[in-house]
Amino acid sequence: MAKTIVPIGPYHPLQEEPEFFTLTVEGERVVDIDVSIGYNHRGIEKLSERKTFDQSTFVIERICGICSTSHPFAYTRAVEDIIPVEVPERAKYIRTIIAEGERLHSHLLWLGLAGHFLGYNTIYMWAWKLREEILEVMEILSGNRNNYAMFKPGGVRRDIKPEDIPGVVKKIESIVPTLVMLKKAVTDDPVFHARTKGIGVLTGEDSINYAALGPTSRASGIARDIRKDSSYGAYDKVEWDMIVSKNGDVFDKVIVRILEMFESVKIMKQCLLNLPGGEIDLNLKNIPPGEGIGHVEAPRGETFHYVRSDGTNRPVRHKVRAPTFMNLPTFKATVIGETISDATIILAAIDPCYCCTERMAVRDARGRKLYAGEDLVRLSQEKTEKMRGNAA
Amino acid sequence: MTREEILKAIKDKFKGDIIDIFDKSPKRAYIEIRPESIRKVAKHVFGAMGARFNIATGVDVRGHIEILYHFTFEEIALVVSFRVKLEKPKPEIDSLTPLFEATNWIEREIHELLGVNFKGHPDLRRLLLPDEWPEGIYPLRCDYKEWDKKAIRDRGV
Repeated sequence: MAKTIVPIGPYHPLQEEPEFFTLTVEGERVVDIDVSIGYNHRGIEKLSERKTFDQSTFVIERICGICSTSHPFAYTRAVEDIIPVEVPERAKYIRTIIAEGERLHSHLLWLGLAGHFLGYNTIYMWAWKLREEILEVMEILSGNRNNYAMFKPGGVRRDIKPEDIPGVVKKIESIVPTLVMLKKAVTDDPVFHARTKGIGVLTGEDSINYAALGPTSRASGIARDIRKDSSYGAYDKVEWDMIVSKNGDVFDKVIVRILEMFESVKIMKQCLLNLPGGEIDLNLKNIPPGEGIGHVEAPRGETFHYVRSDGTNRPVRHKVRAPTFMNLPTFKATVIGETISDATIILAAIDPCYCCTERMAVRDARGRKLYAGEDLVRLSQEKTEKMRGNAA
Repeated sequence: MTREEILKAIKDKFKGDIIDIFDKSPKRAYIEIRPESIRKVAKHVFGAMGARFNIATGVDVRGHIEILYHFTFEEIALVVSFRVKLEKPKPEIDSLTPLFEATNWIEREIHELLGVNFKGHPDLRRLLLPDEWPEGIYPLRCDYKEWDKKAIRDRGV
């Protein structure tokens, strides 16, 4: 059968970063995939070498609008690892609260979009409405809905006011019933099962071979979570469970993320209620020469930072590794052999970030435009509609 | 295995390949090895010892180029970084991609940003830099100079 090339990108409607996928299809089956990135390469590692240790926190906070906590978190841990030094207890708790709030809103954002691409706009609306509550909580705690600017090497910049805590706890408790409803909407729907079960399977061996991270690897039965493995912040002082599932398909990735949200609510609540007193900042003055590694569990997996200092006030090298860098290449293992209408959701299932403008088109060999981005989403939604019709 | 056992196992197995061990803190260790032994060390650490490959960091330290291969032993939360020093002007090292997929992209990245040649990499295309970027100019090297005189860069910050 003739092979057709389906270019998706460079600005993908499903992913946060601009990426360019070249799908080679035979009929409906995907037989090969090539991923190109770099359309939004901003040279942040180089930029960070020209900033002081304090300024770098703000630069790297802007790597991603959704994981705007995980990068400063990993970076500050790397800088503290150079010395090495432990931050005060209260700062650890505040960091944990902010990081979990971020996980909640990030997972909700993803769930909404996943629902949208499968033609479940109800889930989309619910999830995004719920996300608004979390953003309000973050605004109360940090003053910002995003890019919280709470972190600094040696502690946090702002304290949490005791009078805010009861209101915030009430607010995050109030989202649990809606989360339960969302979970039911996903687990009880036969069509949702049919669309996502057994689709885009990432096996455990592949997960190890590609060193997949976060929910992507936990859905494949690889119990890998920096919060448990290499505990930091207040994660070892509160009760919570690591969510692991074994099938590795899109359905399991959805379930792992939904169940993780309940854990995040648990962690946030315990941290807020047991917030210890004391200092929030060590007031680090000089960073000695040396090298440090910091890694934290971002919503999408492990964020890894390596910082080297030569004793001046600037890092000589700052390496940033976002989780999607490891998760994106797994497409080679998951998409090949699936149909083009499922590719949309499989490519979204690892939760690469979403933010950029839409620009995607299917072209035949002579370059005529066949489908635009909306058409691929429509294709996916129509498949769900058809299955829904058959089920009824 | 405990932390000491893991470090001792590595030390015993690769006695001739290790140049220096820097035991930094309970959760971090840096081991400098000879560049030519990276493949057998990585194969053992990733395969037999079951460590997870985090990432590799390339650093230009004027005299030579350093690559740190970070591996995590998850059960005991130990990050071991294997350091290799490559001679300029033509830094070269064996690729790890034939052993495991996880190194594929990072080797492409170090190749274009620092100009390290990974021998045996199946697909050493550019990953991040644009197509019009000239050959032989590596942005993360110390001696990098702005090459595009026409480009408008905001230097006000």
